[in-house]
Amino acid sequence: MAPVGPRSGDAIFANVERVNAELFTLTYGATVRQLLTDLEEVEEVNKQLDQMGYNMGIRLIDEFLAKSNVSRCVDFKETAEVIAKVTHKLGSPFRPDNASVQVGFKMFLGVTASVTNWDVDGTSCSIILEDNPLVDFVELPDTCQGLYYCNILSGVIRGALEMVSMKTEVTWIRDVLRGDDAYELQVKLVKQLPEEYPYKDDE
Amino acid sequence: MIGVGKIKQYSNVLDKPLSKGKQEVSLSAFAFLFSELVQYNQTQVDNIAELERRLEDAGYAVGARVLELLCHRDKGNRRETRLLGILSFVHSTVWKVLFGKVADSLEKGTEHEDEYMISEKELLVNRFISIPKDMGTFNCGAFVAGIVRGVLDSAGFPAVVTAHFVPVEGQQRPRTTILIKFAEEVLLTFNPFIIANCILILDSPSAKGITHSLGFMS
Repeated sequence: MAPVGPRSGDAIFANVERVNAELFTLTYGATVRQLLTDLEEVEEVNKQLDQMGYNMGIRLIDEFLAKSNVSRCVDFKETAEVIAKVTHKLGSPFRPDNASVQVGFKMFLGVTASVTNWDVDGTSCSIILEDNPLVDFVELPDTCQGLYYCNILSGVIRGALEMVSMKTEVTWIRDVLRGDDAYELQVKLVKQLPEEYPYKDDE
Repeated sequence: MIGVGKIKQYSNVLDKPLSKGKQEVSLSAFAFLFSELVQYNQTQVDNIAELERRLEDAGYAVGARVLELLCHRDKGNRRETRLLGILSFVHSTVWKVLFGKVADSLEKGTEHEDEYMISEKELLVNRFISIPKDMGTFNCGAFVAGIVRGVLDSAGFPAVVTAHFVPVEGQQRPRTTILIKFAEEVLLTFNPFIIANCILILDSPSAKGITHSLGFMS
């Protein structure tokens, strides 16, 4: 039986159960507000959001792999594409159909992300989000200027990639809430971890 | 390909046009987020009552904003001022927007005049949550109870709202009931919220005479 090819993000999104984005947005807002009240320090809140995102990412990856049928990504370059979007029709110049990060964003948040700014070694890239359901209705007050409101996303990517043996560092380059024109995340591969087996070879 | 045109930048979030409310995210994204919210709160409290209170407070904030959003966008800036009106608003409009369907039922309590119940076979937020035995009657529906309390409170109908599991025969998972107990002042025949607003408008020396003769002490 021929293996099924990877599904496009749109197709998966059409098949999963969906909820109103506003419920999601407002719940996220309530979470950030609770964190700000409890922790008070903006840096602490950033760290906590990242941690929450990490916890989400390590679980989310299972669902992602199950639903999207992507084959094992050979290297980091393929992975980033897959996280962002399938660019079938557009005939992406350097990548075939596998698309990881892009499919992920489409399937969970319903938004299209794009992957650019590859560096020479192919170990770092930028994921750009034009539209972000987390930040509808949000404005950062003056007291919270250091807050990375969407930091949960960086945690999610970091967590998910760690579960597929890639240790990464994810940082925000551009953030609309701070005055830029789009959301840009830089994903840098720090280390490819060897696959760990729960049993010893010599037993 | 990065977006065809740059999205228009608004200097102020208030100038940005309101979306139509049709955008969706996957249920699992919401479920993961909600589970993180509950897990985070579990680390911040010592007992179940406090956990429920914190979830309710989170929901309260959501409810207040949902009311503003829906009244402005769907109801043309009109808000219900009567009890049954606001209850049916919560039961149908709010539920439809947030959870994609109207609530299963809205009932009036038989024992007390001031109690109403909204029931749901399975609350969306509880779908992927299981409660361990040692947490007793804890219900994550406290978040939804908070949303309802937020809507009612911001609309001028203060109430105490709680979520309860009600076992149903023949069904494995119990039904969830949101119990709304209105504060005393809501059930008086006139709505004091409206009267209070009138007094604010009439606050001048000549008006004081009118309000005095109507029997309200200033």
